[in-house]
Amino acid sequence: MTTQLQNDFSTMKPNRPWRPTPRKMAEDFLVIAIAAVLSPVIVQFTGLAGISGNVLTFFVLSLVGSIGISYSRQGRKAVGNAVATSLIYSSFALVMLPLASILYTVISRGYQSLRINTFTQDMSLTQPEAAFDQGGALHAILGTLILVAIASAISVPLGILTGLYLTEIKGRAENLIRFLVQAMSGVPSIVAGLFIYSVIIIGSGGHYSGFAGALALSILMLPTVARTAEEVLKLIPNDLREAGVALGATQWRTVVMVVVPAARSGIITAIILGVARVAGETAPLLLTILGNNTTHFNPFDAPMSALPLYTFNLFRTGLNTAISRAWTGALVLMFIVLVLFIFARLGSGKKK
Amino acid sequence: MPDLSALPETLPERRELTTVPRFSDKVFRGVVTAGGFVALIVLGLIAVFLATRSFDVFRMFKLGFVTGFNWDSGDPDNGITPILGIGSMLIGTLVVSFVGLFFALPIAVGTALYLTYYAPYWLKKPMTILVDLMAAIPSVIYGLWGFFILMPHAIYWAKLINKYLGWFPTFSVPLPIFERSPFIAGLVLSVMIIPIITAVSREVFSQVPLDRIQAAYALGATKWSMIKTVVLPFGSSGIAGGAMLGLGRAMGETVAVYLVLNLYFLPNFHVLFSAGGSVASMIVTKFGEAGSLELKGLMAAGLVLFIVTLVVNYLSNLIVRRASRTGR
Repeated sequence: MTTQLQNDFSTMKPNRPWRPTPRKMAEDFLVIAIAAVLSPVIVQFTGLAGISGNVLTFFVLSLVGSIGISYSRQGRKAVGNAVATSLIYSSFALVMLPLASILYTVISRGYQSLRINTFTQDMSLTQPEAAFDQGGALHAILGTLILVAIASAISVPLGILTGLYLTEIKGRAENLIRFLVQAMSGVPSIVAGLFIYSVIIIGSGGHYSGFAGALALSILMLPTVARTAEEVLKLIPNDLREAGVALGATQWRTVVMVVVPAARSGIITAIILGVARVAGETAPLLLTILGNNTTHFNPFDAPMSALPLYTFNLFRTGLNTAISRAWTGALVLMFIVLVLFIFARLGSGKKK
Repeated sequence: MPDLSALPETLPERRELTTVPRFSDKVFRGVVTAGGFVALIVLGLIAVFLATRSFDVFRMFKLGFVTGFNWDSGDPDNGITPILGIGSMLIGTLVVSFVGLFFALPIAVGTALYLTYYAPYWLKKPMTILVDLMAAIPSVIYGLWGFFILMPHAIYWAKLINKYLGWFPTFSVPLPIFERSPFIAGLVLSVMIIPIITAVSREVFSQVPLDRIQAAYALGATKWSMIKTVVLPFGSSGIAGGAMLGLGRAMGETVAVYLVLNLYFLPNFHVLFSAGGSVASMIVTKFGEAGSLELKGLMAAGLVLFIVTLVVNYLSNLIVRRASRTGR
């Protein structure tokens, strides 16, 4: 008897009552289809127009449809649930819409003037109006690389030290420092630019340089590196620290030879996130490196260019060809930032 | 059994047991502590330098610098005295940021709810990464997109709002010019701060105790009534903190706003009209042709912006920290 029952249970097909039945799915699909067909008709007969009008009518119609269908299925209480569900789904769609639009626009428009010479030539001998197979963004790409390298050289060690202070030393000022790092991450980029301008550029008599720009970027990069480094150092189990000390190591040997190597991939993530944060900054560079059309390697003696600044300045000229070049600059910049970001995410994802 | 009586001639020296750090540790702790105080030093230097460079401006215009609406660098040859005031820009910053927050807050909370409770399991991770990725897109790209792609759509919406809600003072326009309005700048800002608010809200929503959620379901709640009675009350202060964080970010945004906002030195509350203000964008706009006094004025504007964002960030951190400590 019991064995038979067990057999019955084991061969029973699980019917998942929460799953939508084909009938329900058909009804949902019908509502959306009717809304999609009706909305252009309504747009024709009312003052609404364009894509935006169509989207709005479609949204209202499908909302009304889902209210009606949920009322007929489960009564009044289900209506609130249906409305909330539609609103939550559409708010997510509303976030994806601009993201998709931005990615599409940057790629499609940036592609138009993307040539090999974008990476091999600078704008020193080329007017923005020239054909797209002349001139390029080499100076800006190199400038961004140099600026980011210097900014990292300054803020990565300091950021890691700050992270270590918050997790290893835990001194009396721990809470104060944590608060200040948070406050620093909220400093507007233009303020960082103004600060460097008032110290370095005015201090040296109006002498714009790539180094000043890198200093401004390092102010913005430091809190990102410090906060991420603190997060990953916190994840290192205390057992490792205790094991190090129990083996007779001093604290600094424990930190340098056990804790930091254990957190290595997380610290690399912190660096990448910091780089991605500052590679796209425009405002501080406007006040510190000024912009330039020639390829320039020395960061200490003259104005430089960087990809965001190149994009911004070309846009400001207002010429169609220049704006097309600006989109190409934006494409290269976005490619760099997104690749860095995805690397950072993959690195942090593997560990968890 | 070992012979205990046969002790060695010389006993090994007793190991020194001490909690006093070695010399190397003292150096290490000193270096790390010094590194930890960099944030303090940098923030202090920013405040000190901007304050000293803008001291003259504050002495000349006193509080009028913050409350005055006019920005005129003056013309000594024709006897026009300079007058610098960022009141209209401050008001403009608030207007633009609040328009941004108005759109961003409900959408961001909805997205966080979607990612935590509605999205299918396999979709959660990639979609979370995509939303986070929006925070990494450079602001100059947001500005370009806002100018070329969003503006035509936004003008259409602005006209529609003006047509049907124009009787309300904020939505009326003195002239039918809808380009580069605070409304459009606010829309661009809302797209930029949505990932920030979403990230903070998602963090709080994921901490909602599972037993409360299950209790709500056991009492017969629908998904929405569970969210309304359990998740939102639990996460409310986290959402508020995230909103403040987004507000701070929106106030300091420079380039994107510069590209889509028409700066105008009078306070304008007609959000659909092509005139607005933003302290950060004003600094970029005026920087190129600024004389020495005007430059000091820009430093002063930067100092005001610095203080305002510090206060907003401080409040947001306070709220978020309290939220994560008590879970309420």
